[in-house]
Parts: sequence; structure tokens; C-alpha cells
Amino acid sequence: MLGYDISWAAFNIIEVMSSTKFTFKRTGYLAASQSFHNETEVLMLTTNMIRKDLNSQNIYDAGAAMTGLSCFVTPDLARDLANDVMTLLSSTKPYLRKKAVLLMYKIFLCFPDALRPAFARLKDKLEDLDPGVQSAAVNVICELARKNPKNYLSLAPVFFKLMTSSTNNWMLIKIIKLFGALTPLEPRLGKKLIEPLTNLIHSTSAMSLLYECINTVIAVLISISSGMPNHSASIQLCVQKLRILIEDSDQNLKYLGLLAMSKILKTHPKSVQAHKDLVLQCLDDKDESIRLRALDLLYGMVSKKNLMEIVKKLMLHMDKAEGTNYRDELLSKIIDICSQNNYQYITNFEWYVSILVEITRIEGTKHGALIASQMLDVAIRVPAIRSFAVSQMAVLLDNAHMLVGNTQRNSIYEVLYAAAWICGEFAEMLSDPRGTLEAMLKPKVTVLPPHIQGVYVQNIVKLYSRVVAQLEAEDNKEEAEALGELLVEKLPMFVQNANLEVQDRACGALQLIKQLIKLQSKGEVIGEELQALFSGELNPVAPKAQKKVPVPEGLDLDQWINEPPSESSSEEEVRGDIFVKSDHRMIQQNDVHKMPELTEEELEKRRKARKQEQANNPHYLKATTPSGKSGLISSDKYLQVTGNTSKSRKTKKTRKRSKKGKSVESESDEDSIRSVHVVTITEGEMPEGAKSSDDDEDERNSNDPHKALNIDLEELPLNNEDNVQSHPVSPLSTNAPGKVNLKDEKKKKRRGEKEHKEKTREKKDKSREKHKKKKQKEEDTDLVSSQLIEEKSKEEPVTNGLSPESADKNEQTEKQKNAENTKGQLDDIEFWLSPNDSSQRPNSELGAKVSSSPVPPSDLNLDSVKVKQEKEEKMSSKPEKTKKKKKEKERKSKKEKKKVREHHDSLLQEDSPKDKAEYEEAPGIATPSKEPGSSLAQTPMTPSMPPASKYRLLAEDKNMKLIYETRVLPNSSNQIVVSIIFTNQCGYHVKELEFNILDTLNTRLARGTDGNNQNSVKVPFQLPPGTTNEGQFAFDVDKVVMPQMLRGTFTYMIVTDGGSTHEKLDFKLHLPVSAYFIGSMYKRDTFTELLSSGDLSAKNTLILERVDYEFSHMLSKICFHCHFTVVEQVALSASLYSRSIQGDHVCLLAKQVNSKLTIDGKSTNSQLLSSILDEVKILLNPTENVSPCE
Amino acid sequence: MLQFMLLFSRQGKLRLQKWYVAHPDKQKKKITRELLAILLARKPKMCSFLEWKDLKIVYKRYASLYFCCAIDQNDNELLTLEIIHRYVELLDKYFGSVCELDIIFNFEKAYFILDELLLGGEIQETSKKNVLKAIAAQDLLQEDDAVEIALKELGLV
Repeated sequence: MLGYDISWAAFNIIEVMSSTKFTFKRTGYLAASQSFHNETEVLMLTTNMIRKDLNSQNIYDAGAAMTGLSCFVTPDLARDLANDVMTLLSSTKPYLRKKAVLLMYKIFLCFPDALRPAFARLKDKLEDLDPGVQSAAVNVICELARKNPKNYLSLAPVFFKLMTSSTNNWMLIKIIKLFGALTPLEPRLGKKLIEPLTNLIHSTSAMSLLYECINTVIAVLISISSGMPNHSASIQLCVQKLRILIEDSDQNLKYLGLLAMSKILKTHPKSVQAHKDLVLQCLDDKDESIRLRALDLLYGMVSKKNLMEIVKKLMLHMDKAEGTNYRDELLSKIIDICSQNNYQYITNFEWYVSILVEITRIEGTKHGALIASQMLDVAIRVPAIRSFAVSQMAVLLDNAHMLVGNTQRNSIYEVLYAAAWICGEFAEMLSDPRGTLEAMLKPKVTVLPPHIQGVYVQNIVKLYSRVVAQLEAEDNKEEAEALGELLVEKLPMFVQNANLEVQDRACGALQLIKQLIKLQSKGEVIGEELQALFSGELNPVAPKAQKKVPVPEGLDLDQWINEPPSESSSEEEVRGDIFVKSDHRMIQQNDVHKMPELTEEELEKRRKARKQEQANNPHYLKATTPSGKSGLISSDKYLQVTGNTSKSRKTKKTRKRSKKGKSVESESDEDSIRSVHVVTITEGEMPEGAKSSDDDEDERNSNDPHKALNIDLEELPLNNEDNVQSHPVSPLSTNAPGKVNLKDEKKKKRRGEKEHKEKTREKKDKSREKHKKKKQKEEDTDLVSSQLIEEKSKEEPVTNGLSPESADKNEQTEKQKNAENTKGQLDDIEFWLSPNDSSQRPNSELGAKVSSSPVPPSDLNLDSVKVKQEKEEKMSSKPEKTKKKKKEKERKSKKEKKKVREHHDSLLQEDSPKDKAEYEEAPGIATPSKEPGSSLAQTPMTPSMPPASKYRLLAEDKNMKLIYETRVLPNSSNQIVVSIIFTNQCGYHVKELEFNILDTLNTRLARGTDGNNQNSVKVPFQLPPGTTNEGQFAFDVDKVVMPQMLRGTFTYMIVTDGGSTHEKLDFKLHLPVSAYFIGSMYKRDTFTELLSSGDLSAKNTLILERVDYEFSHMLSKICFHCHFTVVEQVALSASLYSRSIQGDHVCLLAKQVNSKLTIDGKSTNSQLLSSILDEVKILLNPTENVSPCE
Repeated sequence: MLQFMLLFSRQGKLRLQKWYVAHPDKQKKKITRELLAILLARKPKMCSFLEWKDLKIVYKRYASLYFCCAIDQNDNELLTLEIIHRYVELLDKYFGSVCELDIIFNFEKAYFILDELLLGGEIQETSKKNVLKAIAAQDLLQEDDAVEIALKELGLV
């Protein structure tokens, strides 16, 4: 504190922290947060004290503790206190909640295991009422998601909603940032985002938000690249806004604008190039960092057309620029810009060389070597430029003294290295070789660094040989001898050099020349022979050439030279069994064998790509014929290999080159060399299997706490509920109260008799529960409690897992659950992302699932299904989801007919809170059994309805009367129940009632397990005279969009006094479309949401010219007979809603003007809609007053 | 996430430091020294952001005090600037036109305010009112303590 070391006081600090006085406590925690760190040993002592403070009554005690903890949390503390902080997540005080939320992040970092159990709560906090808590939760999840985005993809809908509804800029920024991290994983998300983001960009006045939006839009556009038709508009918008930022007088905005611009540049260079003027302006900015940003941008903005202009501008800047750092940066940028992409943008190399020479005039640069290497590179690879380059270099050499100036922090003399070499190597192009030679022998040269002097010596000899040959050709022997003398005179200054190499070379050269002079004095011609010393040309060698040397046939580099010692391999095998790690080794071995194959393939691919590129690149650079000196690598071989291909392209290239006056021959050679060499791009070097996508994670420092947080959160809810429900300390140690629902029960049955007793108790509990439920069914709390039940029951398998096997089983179940769960969630996000086929998809998917699994799924599956459902319910409130859930449940209940009695009770408890009407109907309906149902109280669908019977006559004769009613099963998509009331009208006993239906393709009578389609179903009761009983029959239906007419027979036996007679009764069972309708919905929002969502694609209108009923009467009629709900009624118009058991929505708008009734219908299914409208028509049209069921 | 926050004067005196990532003291000192050198050398007209190692530094000068935050690469600079400003506003409200001396003599208050604004490097409360309310309530608690202690000393309790 205050810069003094107070580590000695650590213990005293803790004493102060533990004081009961807030003043001391506060100060103590402050001191601790400032001075403690991970290694502070006394921290171990604080655990209990902090826990006490966290649970303190005084919120500020807890606040201080959390603030402190956030600074010095260690893995130990995190582990021990995670649960206490988690409890605070649900504190009633927002002040504590928000601190706890933020603190959780720190805890996650130290103790990743805490993430899984805490995540659900954290997620809940996204919808916290307090904006502070909400934004804290967003912060934390955003932070988490940025590190491991894929685990948080499922939260996208929640965030999307927050984004579109929130006005808190602090939070919006985080959310948008989060989306920026998510979009690369899910391009469809990007498409969904573009619109709200562009809206925000347009509307917001906050620069920080604007900047964040632009950043994310850029990220989005990068991730979806070309998928969007109108993305150029968004880019345009971004660039426009950025321009405004850059033009702003605020330096910060300018800086950020340029920064963001450079991101766009990578993918959309065109749009940025339009703003070249602006960027060039920024080069004049006072702020260096802004200038540097602008330079970065320029790099990407150059093209062939504007390169010269830009570089000229930069050169001007360089003259003005103060500060060597910036000047250096500028210089290297110029070179980068020019040389990028293999000199792609340079059209005139003479210009480039002159630029390079010009640059050498800049004082005090440290990039001398860079310039030198550019000079060498260009001179070697662009033969056409050589003569020009040589002349320029000669000038440089002449003016060497200017460059040598002050050698401190100035490396420009390096260019002399290049100049000397170029002049020597291409001496034949020198206009005045002798003059250059003399320039190189100036005494000032000895000031140069040794490696340059070495090059000087070597090239002096080269030049000498050239000049001598020339003089001899002119027969000017005296001159030639004089030159030799000059050298002999001057070279000793190199001989005296301290550097060994210079000495060595100089001595050699000196002796050589002395020898030559001797020969010359004998009158011999030495020029020719001398030149032979330096004949041949150096070719550029591709960086990876060495590696490309082909392996001679018959040589297997992977083969063992010696047999590996047998011991080690056996040891390895043993290890393989014992240690997991040795897997790694095995893999490596495998890789080694794979390698040759892969690289070859890859090579071939690259080679092709490269050739393609070359063919399209007019600026492809050439060198000349390879020969002797390139012997190090066998370049001839490559020539042969690729010779053929290169020749085909030769002509084309030649034309281009010949304009610049290049030799044809050299081209083809160089061409082939390049094509072989350049093919070899780095990747061969990479270890096998290392994909670029893995890299990020792999490269992440193993110490990085975020790596540990890469937890698949899809698995969360399960463990989480385990944990949350019990005391959070130990998820496995709790004994839950004995409430079960069916799946646990089933599981337990399988587990054996052991738990039989417990079960009976549970059943009792359950029925009690049921009663309670009924009483409070109208209260909202139902929902909560039923969820609790479900959660508790979920926990059961864990807590009841007494034997090891069952524990095992549980584990398996869990796994399976997780898998299913993940899938469910994925489905869900898919669903969210593709709104267009929303209502159809889940159904069809489900249908497929159902039909593909005729065998009852094991209860493992049921479990998972249930989890999935629950998950879905949490994720979205859309009705389809819940319906799906119901369907699933129904399926489940079907599959467990034996136990239906026990089970459906608990099912009902879950369903009941959602809809009162359904609940009331449920007891009878949910039982698709053929047992006689007890007489049922029928509740009308719509409260306004008078209690009336929906039963219709099915068949009647003198003995029997059958009336029926259809009922939907609230959670089944492919079943309805027909309830038939049998009335014995005669005075005799009736028995052996049998009921049969001629199945159609679409609708089948569920006949139980034996499954013969033709068998009739026995009605399991007899009717004494004058009695009535009810039987229920389930029908499997495929499609529900058409009304159905089923033929059936009913046989019975009348036991008269004189014996018994068989009687038969034929009937037709009419199943109108409305029989499949569930006339209920959850909220009014759903209706408006539905209408605005655009899912209701089908439209139809029904117009009835004359309706005799009152409007309200008519509504009641529709509601009653066709199972609709009135959503809203205003005067003489009303909107009605219903949905089929297969999840198709139907919305009707009924309007009455005078006696004319118009019904506009919208639905997700057009056939369904027309069927239902027909039905309504028949229902309401008095002229055709034929009851649809007769 | 904020990595740390430093307050220092024009003369290079560190006035306040808050580290949201634990470092040993030695490294803290080193970082501070380096940053001080870099930031003090910058001219007033220069922009408030610079890239430093793998972090981004956002700083702003208020009178003679520099407020400097280090953030992750992908954090929003402007938002950080906003946080700094919010903090300065809070200090100003709390002390009543704050000056460097206020922070020197009441450094613990400055820390408390910062702790209410930020927690673990994340913004905790964006409402100035709420922060000040929390601070005031805690100060009140302290005063109660002080009164109690005083009474005890006088033997009245």
C-alpha cells in the first residue's frame, strides 16, 4: 500500500478483517484486496471468516467480503466458498446479487467445477428485475462466452431478446460483443443480427455502442462472407460511419475508426479504398499512433494504379517526419507496400529501384539491411532491371562516403553491401567498370563493417577480371597491367583488416593478382581464364527448396536404420495399458507413417494452385539459367519435372516479357524452378493432425484459466438440478423427499423389490399431492410446485442409487440424458434461427421419430425425452414446444399402459397448471384404456357456454343406444379418444359387447398389443337392464387435416329368458377436423405473436350471407363444437384461436355486419383451415342444418 | 475485463492502484514503472489508447491526474473511457470537486468508491446514484462505529 511492502502485516490484516466493527472490517478487506495475492499463505485462515461475513445480516459486511474476495480469490477459497456465493445469487438484495454474480466469474476462473452447477442460476439472472444484476450477469456470461463461445450458443435467443429490448448501453455493448464471438460459429445467427445491428448503428448516439456495433457487423460479415445478398449495403454503412469517426476531431475516435477500418480492409478492400484521401490525410495527424494506424491501412489500399502516387506521398512524409521511430516505420512500410505479394503492384521496377536509392538518403534509419536485401532481390529476380540497377549501384558506390557518415544507429551503409555485390556480379553491364573499381578501392572503405569489406574484396576481383578481359579484348595490355598494379597497391589495406574473413579473401585476391601480373608480364592473355572463375550465375533459391529434394527411389526415411531395441517397444506397450498418456505416443507413431502420403497429396494440390496463380500473374518474376553454382540443390531435376507444364505457358509469358526485353530462355527455366519451389508452402512442416482450427485452443497457455472453463454447458441442467435442489455443498449426499413420477417408478421397479415399500408410500404421497393440486389449481404457484416435483423426481435416481450397479446405470442414464439434451437444445436453437419453418419442423421431426420406433422406447429414453422437454420449455415459451412436450408425454403414457393408473396422476400434475380446462378434462381422457371409466363430470370448454352435451348419436336399435364424443389427449399428437356411452334400452341383460371399426389409412383403432387389424375390441363390461356405461376407444391418427368418416360394427349378445341372441349394429363414426382441436392457449401474447410471426401462411375466408344466430351465440357454438377459444371480442367481431393436436395453429377472425358473417382464417396448414371452415359453415348454416356427425 | 487501474500524477507519483488480476508485487512495480514512462511521455493531443504488450491501455488525464486502465484485446476502448469518466464523476460528487489531495488523504474512500463501481474488473453498477447511496450507507455505519467507540472510551457505554 502506498508503495510500501506490507506483506509482513498479512496476519494483522486478517485480524482487522475479523473485527465486528464495520469500520475495521471494511479497512481490513481493503488492505487485503490491495496486498494479498495467490501466494499469500495466511489466506488459508480466512475461509471461515469470509464465509461468516458472506452470510452476515449486514449487507455491507457481505459486500465488503465479496469485493475483497474478488481480488484475492484462490482456487482453495473458490472451492470452499463457491456455494456460499451461489446462495447469495438468489439473495433478496440486488446489491448482493450483483456483487455475487460478478464474483462468480472470478470463482469460475479459479475453480472451473463451479461453473456447471451455477450456470442455471446465472442464466436466470439474465432476466433479473434489477438492471444492475442483469447487466452484471450479461457481463459475466459475455466474458465466459468470449473465451469458449460454442458452449453458449444456446443462449443466443435470450441475448437476442435482451438486445432488442434493452436500452442500457453498457449492457448492449457487452451483448453485441458476445454476439461477435458467437457468429463465427453460427453464420445463421449473423444473418439474424444484421438487421437489429444496422438499426442500432443508425439510431444510436453513443459512440461506444456504435463502435461496438460496427465491430460486430464486421465480424458477422466476415463470418458469413458471401452468403448475404445485401451485405454490401451493411459494409457501406459501416464504412460511412467509420468515415464520420475518422473525420471527427476527437483523436480517440479517429484512432478507433482507423482500427476498425483496417478490419474491414481485410475482407472488403474495395469499400475502403474509396476513402484513400481520408487515410492519407490522417498521415498528417499530430498523433503518431494515428499515423501508424493510417499506414497500416495504406498497406491494404494500394493497387497498381495508385501505388506510385501513394509511395510518393509517403516519401514526402518521410522528409517531413520528425522522430526516427516513425520515420523507420514509414520506411519499412514503403518497402512492405511495394514488395507485398511478390511485388504484385509494381509495374515499373526502374521506379522501384530509384525509390530504393532515394530512400538511402534518409538519415539514421535502422532498416539498411532491409533496403539492401530489396535491392539484391529485385536485381536478381528481375533481369530486365539489372542494367538500370547496376548503374544506380555504381552511383551509390561512388558516393559511398555520404552513406558512411555517422555509423552509430545508422545502418544505411548496408546498402553498399548490395551495391558492391550487384556491381561485381553484373559487371558486364557497368558503363564505367574501371571507375567503379576505383571507387571501391577508396581508403574510406576500411571504415565499413567487415562483412561489407569482404564483399568488396570479392567483387573487386570480379570487376578486375571483367575490366582486364575488356582491355585485353581492346589489346590494351598496358592499361591492364596498370590496373593490376593498382590493385596490388590498394589491396593490402584489406589484408590488414582485423576481420579474419576479409583478411583471408584479401590475401587470396592479392596473391592471385600478383600471379596474374606475372603472367601478364610474360605476355599471356589472362582475361578469358580469369573470367571463368566467376562465370555462371546465382539463382534465387526458394525458401523451402532444401526440403523438396526428392527422396531417391528405394530410400525409406521412415525405416529404422537399426531395428529398434525390442525392450523399449515392449515397454511402450505395457505403458499403453497403464497410462493414458502413452496414447499420445502411439498417435505420433502413426502419424509418422502417414506423413509421406499426405504431403504428396498436399504437394500436388499446392503445385496446381500455384501454377494457376502464376498463370494469372503477369508480374511473376524471373531469373536466368541455372548452372554450375546452383549445384547444391539439384535444380536440374525440378526443371525436368515441370518442364513440360511450363513450356505450355511459355509463349504467353514470353510475349509479356519480351516487351521488357527479357530473354526467352531464361524465363522458362526460372519459371520451372519457381513453380517447383514455391509450391512448397510451409504446411508440410506442421505436425500431422494439427488443424488450424484447433490451434487457438491448443496454443492457449495451459495456465490460462479460461481453458478450464471450456465446459459443455448443455449438460448443465441435470447436474445443476441435482445440485441446486440439494444443499449445494455435495450434490450426491441428499435424500430427497419421496415424490416420484413415473419414470423413476419404472426404474425402481426394474431395480427390484427392494424399494417396494418406499414406492407405496410414495404413491400415497402422490395422491395426496394430487388432491392438493386440485384445490389450488387456479393459482399460479402450481407451475412452480409442479416443476419442483419434477426436479425432485429427477434427483431421485441419484439419491436412490444404493447399489453400485444402479449407480452405474444412473451414470449411463445421465450420459444419455446429456446427449439427448444437447440435441434438444440444438434443435431449439435451430428452431430459433429458422423461423420460417418453425411450426412444421418439430412436428415432422417428432412424427418421424415416433413412426421409426414402433418398439416402446426404454425408459432411459423416456427420461431423456423428459429432460429435453423441460429444457425446451425453459428455452422458449412458444406453444409448439409445450405441445411437443405433451405429445412426448402422451407417447410415454401409452407405452406404459400397464401402469397408467398410477402414472397419469403425476402427469396431470405437471400439465394442470398450464391450462385449467385441460386439467379438468384430463382425468378421464388421459386414460386410453378400454376399461369402463367412471362417470365423468364434463366441463364446458368455454366458460360462457351453457352446460350442454356434446355427445352425438352413433347408432341405435331397439335394444341398445350408443352415443359418442371425441376427446383430444392433451399431450398426444397422434391419438384421439372416442368415448362411447352404451345404454341398454331393453329389459334384458346385454353382454359380450364388441366394437369394431374398419380402419382407414389415416385412422386406426388402437386394439392393444395383439395388434390384429381385424379383431374387434371387446367392451369389458356387461350391461344389466336399463343401465348405462361408458367405454373409451383410442384411435391412432396420422393426419388431422381432413374430416374422417369411419365405418364400424357393434355386436352384442342379449341374454333373454329363452336363451341368448347375437345382435349386430352398423354405424358410421364421423370425426370432424375439430375433433383434433385443442381449444386453448397460454397467453394472449402468443396469439399476437403468432399473427405477427408470419408463420400462418395459409389464408382462407368464409362468408355466410345470412346467419340467424346472435353473434355471441354463434361464437359459443363455434367454440363448443369446433373447440375454439375466444381470444378477444370487440362488439361484433371476435378473434378465435385453436390448434390441432399436431401443432398447427388456426386463427379465425369473425365479423358480423348486419346478418352477414365473415370469417377470415389463418393457419399454418391450408388444408386444415379449409376443412375447419367447411365445418363451421355446416355448423352455422341453418339451411343445410345437417349435423356433421350424422 | 479490466486488468488493472492506475492513478498517478503528472510527476509520476502513483496515487491509487487496483489490480484485478493478481500479480506479485515485483511485477506490479515493473508494469507500473513501464506504463508511467510511456504515458507521461505522450503529448496531450495524442489519442487515449495504445497497445502495450498483449493489452490495450486506455488512459485519460484529468487536471494533474492520469487515470489509466488496461483492458483485454477485444474489449471496447470507448466503454473503458466511459468507466474512467464515470469514476471521476463519482469522485467529484463524493468529494465535491475532487482534487489530487482528496485522493491522497482519503485514498481509502477512493478505493471504496471504485469497489462499488467495479468488481473483479467488470462494471458493477452503472448508476451513479446507487453507488453513492451504497457508499453513504457504509459511511454511516462507520460513523455509528466511531460514536460507539468514542462512548466506550468515555466510559459511557
